[in-house]
Amino acid sequence: MTTAESIRSFIIENFLFGDTSQDLGDDVSLIEADLVDSTGVLELVAHVETAYGITVKDADIVPANFDSIGRIAAFVASRSSAAKAA
Amino acid sequence: MLRSMADAVAHRGPDEMGIHADGEIGLGHRRLSIVGLADGQQPMLSDDGNLLLSFNGEIFNYVELRAELVARGERFRTGSDTEVLLRLLALHGEAALDKLNGDFAFALYDRRRKRLMLARDRMGVRPLFYTWRNGTIVFASEVKALLAFPGVSAEMDVEALDQIFTLWAPIAPQTAFRDIFELPPAHLMVVENGHATTRAWWSLDFPDMGETDDRSEADVADQLLALLDDATRIRLRADVPVGAYLSGGLDSSLVSALAARHVGNRLRTFSVTFDSAEHDESAFQAEMVRALGTEHTSVGTSGDDIARLFPQVVRAAERPILRTAPAPLQRLSAHVRNAGYKVVLTGEGSDEIFAGYDIFREGRVRRFVARNPNSAFRAHLFRRLYHYLPGIQSQSAEYLAAFFGVGADRLDDPLFSHRPRFRATAQTKLFYSEDLRAQLGDYDATAMLASRLPARFTKWHPLHQAQYLETSFLMPGYILSSQGDRVSMANAVEGRFPFLDHRLVEFAARIPTGMKLKGLDEKHILKRAASGLVPASITGRSKQPYRAPDSESFRNAAYVDDVLATQTGLFNPNAVQKLAQKARKGAMTGFRDNAAFVGILSTQLWHRQFAGTSSSLTENAA
Repeated sequence: MTTAESIRSFIIENFLFGDTSQDLGDDVSLIEADLVDSTGVLELVAHVETAYGITVKDADIVPANFDSIGRIAAFVASRSSAAKAA
Repeated sequence: MLRSMADAVAHRGPDEMGIHADGEIGLGHRRLSIVGLADGQQPMLSDDGNLLLSFNGEIFNYVELRAELVARGERFRTGSDTEVLLRLLALHGEAALDKLNGDFAFALYDRRRKRLMLARDRMGVRPLFYTWRNGTIVFASEVKALLAFPGVSAEMDVEALDQIFTLWAPIAPQTAFRDIFELPPAHLMVVENGHATTRAWWSLDFPDMGETDDRSEADVADQLLALLDDATRIRLRADVPVGAYLSGGLDSSLVSALAARHVGNRLRTFSVTFDSAEHDESAFQAEMVRALGTEHTSVGTSGDDIARLFPQVVRAAERPILRTAPAPLQRLSAHVRNAGYKVVLTGEGSDEIFAGYDIFREGRVRRFVARNPNSAFRAHLFRRLYHYLPGIQSQSAEYLAAFFGVGADRLDDPLFSHRPRFRATAQTKLFYSEDLRAQLGDYDATAMLASRLPARFTKWHPLHQAQYLETSFLMPGYILSSQGDRVSMANAVEGRFPFLDHRLVEFAARIPTGMKLKGLDEKHILKRAASGLVPASITGRSKQPYRAPDSESFRNAAYVDDVLATQTGLFNPNAVQKLAQKARKGAMTGFRDNAAFVGILSTQLWHRQFAGTSSSLTENAA
């Protein structure tokens, strides 16, 4: 399962309670689509930290990194490669 | 049949029952005796036997009105405010309403003209519901009584359900019950020759934006205090002792301080306390009790207490609710009643008329952010508004701007102030079943709300527009009903609200917006008026809205799974099951999930108690 698929299934399970009828393309804004609220963002961050073993700094918790499945996957990829390089 | 209807609301009036029935009209009355204990029986007939009155509530200025009537030569048979109302209506007809300072819902039948008049107080304190059955109008203070009328049945009005799951409350005249209606606040209905006409007899108005007002803050504060003091004084009128609720906030503290000056004996006060520090205000309550020297009782409320009481709360509210906050107040009213009190003063209404709620400050910050969306710091102000919500405190400015930026491109939207709340609440619809979605089609509760706004709305200042939405819709639809009348009258306790005296409401509407919300200082003018009466630690504290633990309250409640599994066809069972699992794990901290859980649970309970087969759930759960 790719990172994007894994994030997608987390969102379906936790924010959509199993509803697969909504458009959850990689570029769909999670805020615009009413999928996450302020608590949802923190749940997403906690999930990313746990599932991918990375630490998300406060400054990284911005829509540019977390407002779509594509952005989250890209963020995880960049942090994972940074961790490997370190 | 009248007896069954009256019995269905016996909790509202356990002291006496009166019934009048003839060929044309039947009136049943359950009385909570407060004024004119020995002689205020109802329904009451006029001297000539022509007018027949059944009335719930109080006319607080009945003493002055009675004196005016006596001066005109009227001779009174009783000492009750009911007779004052009856004589006033006989003399002035509908125009009598303008003279009333009170909380009331009444039915007046003119036997000669075969004309029925139903009317309700300005702010919507006392409820009045009605339905039609074979050309006959049936009305009562609660829907339960209507359901005792042959042929009236309970079915969910799915539009009203959608209104609740968007706006927190149904939009009157719609109720949760299909074909059962609520007379809106400040409305009167006349039924004559089988034809009904309804009209507003009062409406909340604000000055046009830009109107100048040269009054000084000091003058406004003085006038405000004088009005509030008089509003409190006349709300202490009763032939039984009057107590007061003390939440620890500014509003109830000020009302209690004023009441304490008027009552001869020590004022009796009551409050709710919580186990959870997040919701508890007992330290501030204790401070006010010390300052006023009241005889105080606090009622500790745990999550288990809330869960145990919740089915009864839904039965009292007669509508789905998205919050558990009414439950502790129903528990409190039971204690008040057991302490021998039937009447309490509270601070309700102040947040609406003096701009105390966060949503008013939020609207101001959202407009400030919208003026310069690229500002790096403006969105940080949202954190200041919601100091009590950890989920907001930890957000970046970018996220805060995104969450609260809803509608920022439409500053002229009449619902601008409430868009983020409505949008966040509407996320609960995720749990709707396919069938419910199909029934609703493209129904839009926010469009319905916007269609009910008065023509003058667009001329008002944005703060006044937001105040109108709170005062005219959410307050009667939720605060004064589910969290007010219904949970106090469930235990035969009458709440009285000095801040909702119409003189004060009208005065507050004309106070310049900058005195109500000065920068981000909410209720600024009220704080100024209260200084000297309420300790600075209370006037200066950060506002904490009254809230109660929501989904976490139900973790030990055995009935929840069974209730959620009831086949109502309204929700998606798989999604609801996952929501319940999340709640059981204690993993629900967000607004959407909590509102959805409480909303669905209360809808399911509503269905069981009203629409479903007869159930002894309430008794079992209690």
